[in-house]
Amino acid sequence: MLVLDNVTKAFKTGTFGGGTLPAVRGASFEIRPGEVTSLIGESGSGKSTLGKMILRLTPVTSGTITFEGTDIATLKGKPLREYYRHVQGVFQDPFSSYNPVYRADRVFATIRHSYYPGVSADAWHERVDKTLESVGLNPVDVRDKFTHQLSGGQLQRILIARALLLDIKLLIADEIISMIDASTRVDVLNLLANLKTRGLGVLFVTHDLSLGNYISERTIILRRGAVVEMGATPKVFDNPQHEYTRMLLTSVPQLHKKWEAESGAEMEAMGATSPGQDRGRPGRYSKSSLHPLAGMRDRKGRRAQAALHEQDLAEGLLRTDTYLRTHEEVLPLVEIEEDHFVATSTGAR
Amino acid sequence: MTVLKTDEAAEKAGAPDAAVSAGSGKPRRFEFLYFALRNKKLLLGLSVVVLFVLFAVFGPLFVQHPMLNYYIPFRPPSSSFWFGTNYFGQDVFSEFVSGLRESLLVGLLGGCGATVIGMTLGFVSGYKGGLIDEALNVLCNIFLTMPVLVLLILVAGFLHHTSGLIEGILIACTTWTWSMRAIRAQTFSLVSRDFVGLARLSGEKSRQIIMREIAPNMSSYLLLVFILSFGGAILTAASLDYLGLGPTNGMSLGIMMQQASDWNSLQLHLWWWFVPPGAAITCIVGGLYLANVGLDEVFNPKLREL
Amino acid sequence: MGLTVDHLQVCYRTLRGDVKAVDDVTFSIEDREIMGLAGESGCGKSTLGNSLVRMDVRMRQLGGHVELDGKELPISDSRAMRDFRFKEISIVPQYAMSALNPTRRVGRMVAELLKARGFDYKSALPELERRVKLVGLDADILKRYPIELSGGMKQRVVMVISTLLNPSLLIADEITSALDVSTQRAVGEMLLEFRDRNFVKTTMVITHDLSILAQVADTILVMYAGKLAEKAKADVVINNPLHPYTQLLISSLPDVGIRHDEHTLVGIPGRPPPLLNPPVGCRFRDRCPFAFDRCTDEPPFVEVKPGHSVACWLHADGALPSGGV
Repeated sequence: MLVLDNVTKAFKTGTFGGGTLPAVRGASFEIRPGEVTSLIGESGSGKSTLGKMILRLTPVTSGTITFEGTDIATLKGKPLREYYRHVQGVFQDPFSSYNPVYRADRVFATIRHSYYPGVSADAWHERVDKTLESVGLNPVDVRDKFTHQLSGGQLQRILIARALLLDIKLLIADEIISMIDASTRVDVLNLLANLKTRGLGVLFVTHDLSLGNYISERTIILRRGAVVEMGATPKVFDNPQHEYTRMLLTSVPQLHKKWEAESGAEMEAMGATSPGQDRGRPGRYSKSSLHPLAGMRDRKGRRAQAALHEQDLAEGLLRTDTYLRTHEEVLPLVEIEEDHFVATSTGAR
Repeated sequence: MTVLKTDEAAEKAGAPDAAVSAGSGKPRRFEFLYFALRNKKLLLGLSVVVLFVLFAVFGPLFVQHPMLNYYIPFRPPSSSFWFGTNYFGQDVFSEFVSGLRESLLVGLLGGCGATVIGMTLGFVSGYKGGLIDEALNVLCNIFLTMPVLVLLILVAGFLHHTSGLIEGILIACTTWTWSMRAIRAQTFSLVSRDFVGLARLSGEKSRQIIMREIAPNMSSYLLLVFILSFGGAILTAASLDYLGLGPTNGMSLGIMMQQASDWNSLQLHLWWWFVPPGAAITCIVGGLYLANVGLDEVFNPKLREL
Repeated sequence: MGLTVDHLQVCYRTLRGDVKAVDDVTFSIEDREIMGLAGESGCGKSTLGNSLVRMDVRMRQLGGHVELDGKELPISDSRAMRDFRFKEISIVPQYAMSALNPTRRVGRMVAELLKARGFDYKSALPELERRVKLVGLDADILKRYPIELSGGMKQRVVMVISTLLNPSLLIADEITSALDVSTQRAVGEMLLEFRDRNFVKTTMVITHDLSILAQVADTILVMYAGKLAEKAKADVVINNPLHPYTQLLISSLPDVGIRHDEHTLVGIPGRPPPLLNPPVGCRFRDRCPFAFDRCTDEPPFVEVKPGHSVACWLHADGALPSGGV
């Protein structure tokens, strides 16, 4: 349904856009209808950027994203609006997804205004109520409410309902439950998993492996913007092949199992935001990147980083990380068993 | 920062606020009014400004001696000449009334103009980003680094006949930079909020997103920007007038000060000639500044005191 | 010794009235104990943590008292608390990373902080460097600016700084929530290490994430809507919880290995009650599948098994005679 072919995204940094920061490097995968695909990665892995590129909120630097045979980069005006009729998104922060000036149900009014201007008010009302009920909400509870009167879970459900009002085929769910209360989290997750029975494709972007494992049919593991392992979820989780996937799995805090012996610091050193491992070899970096404010002095740089990840990278762009992004080779994916791909330099194990 | 702080704080405070607001459906505007009516700085600043505005509006009703009539000079304030007479025997009160009107009008024109230009460029720059932003930023930096007063002097000197209207436009065209910068920064941080992305996914056009999604979130901020621009414009106009570059026909507070100083009112102890305009400018600008600080406290929960 | 909190009540003052975010909370933390404080957003866990260190202008202590190492903590007197902060009690907030001044090198900032408390940076430096190395960072980090560090590095630096004077109580408020799993693990293990090396006597880890607590905490205290719900050893809370809220909460967490097709988890219907006018009786009543008549009275928080306290009428009859925590 939606195919990504060698997609890269490089954010420009520096006053005149001299530097680049690769956020996504050569990502190729497919999202199929009737399946939940989870895109798993740590901060700065480019997972949210990929979601934004699919939603056309940020342009692709190279490579193509095709939806049902059309390159989405070419869409403009009316065709773009038609694309959004089929592809929609729900974002991480439910409170930031609503304009605080208006009531929460305004999101439905904008959909009607843009897509169904011909539908009568009564018919529309009925349709909204039906959709709200289908996502487990009582319409009376949410109508005419301001966002601060609703819970995070309710707000995210409203946004899912908003997407369902359209003839949606693909839903990009970017970390949608990370800001919802623990006791209601799993219900939103179940709702997402149930969407596939309607034939929808769902791209579930998350940093939490246990959530990805819980709902998805297929899993894609991203590291520093490159896909390192992907395939059917049981295969990736029960038989992880890439060292990074294994590291992630051993660091996940579990309820009934303590962390195994290897120390967290070593684990972290392998992670995406590895500290210190290249220190002592400063000659490897250009002088300008050693400046304490490198890449941060201009807004463009900041925007690039903020887009990469809201929390970590926006605050401190790691030199090692930039270096690795720029110089590390993106290894080709090799199919080691049916529907299980691993990035490796030597071919099959 | 005001706008964002308001929202963020409301979100971050999370626990108590969410628990409180869940009960009643009153929007936040009610809260603003509550804090506004209890903010002494805002009330004091605002009442000073309002007093002068009322004075400007209704002052002409009390003028007994037309400005261009000449009476006995050097008269101190008395019951018939409330502010005395000047070197030429003109009624200082009637000069003051028309000067105040002119100064407020020029300030309003300059302040509004600067805010409108700053808003337009700031919104476009912050929303569009990229090359457009870069270009507008360069333009803004040029105006920012240019000594505006010198430029105004040149232009005003070049135009032989200036009026309040021209003066106001000139001020607006040269002082929009600060408001543009502020609005651009605010827009920039609002654009990264998810509701803007969602608006795009709903097929809204750029103009609609700016007007419907972004601008309403900055209304309190825009008000602050306007108040500061208004005060700034009054001061700039007064400086220009004092340098003799003001309206060639008509009166303003700055012109009064200029004439008073040109005709040695200080040495002649004609204090009633320069004190009223000087005090008026100080009070209006100070009042606006105070109101601005007060409003900031009202809009910004972090500065509020219960 | 350790920390003793006795019938503490803290409210937020708002326009619509007082919101009792911490309502009659009694517990204690022993020396060398890491206590996890768990609960959903809005349950009062952060308010409790903050009230022990720094009262917000909107916060008021309505009752109860707090003792640290046998000394009464003047928590509602912000000035008197100055003598305790940093020396006796330290808090590491969630976004500790952004608490670092971007224009100061890390070392200089520490020097200023120490100076303000009457300590000398030079004499503290060897210990500081030793501890920085201990958490896997280079001593060189003191000469760097905060933006040169990653989120995990900053979080660790802040933890080293805040425990430099060996405080009696360290409050870690959601310190792992913004971190990646690999960094979470490093920070979690740091908490254990600090305890083992006696850098801190007692630790309170505030989080919504029970699985982190399962890794690091000795005991877990669960809060719900401003009240205590359950307290016991960590493995008891995770494996044999008694309070229906804890039970339902834990059963709703997707642990690694659980798949939706095979085992669909369910959340807890409804949402916590508003704290402005909380309902009388058990606050979990409306969401509780086991609620019965008695729940309209407020259940006492009592010890029902040695070291296991719970506020629920289902278990109140088995209360041990001693009561208390």
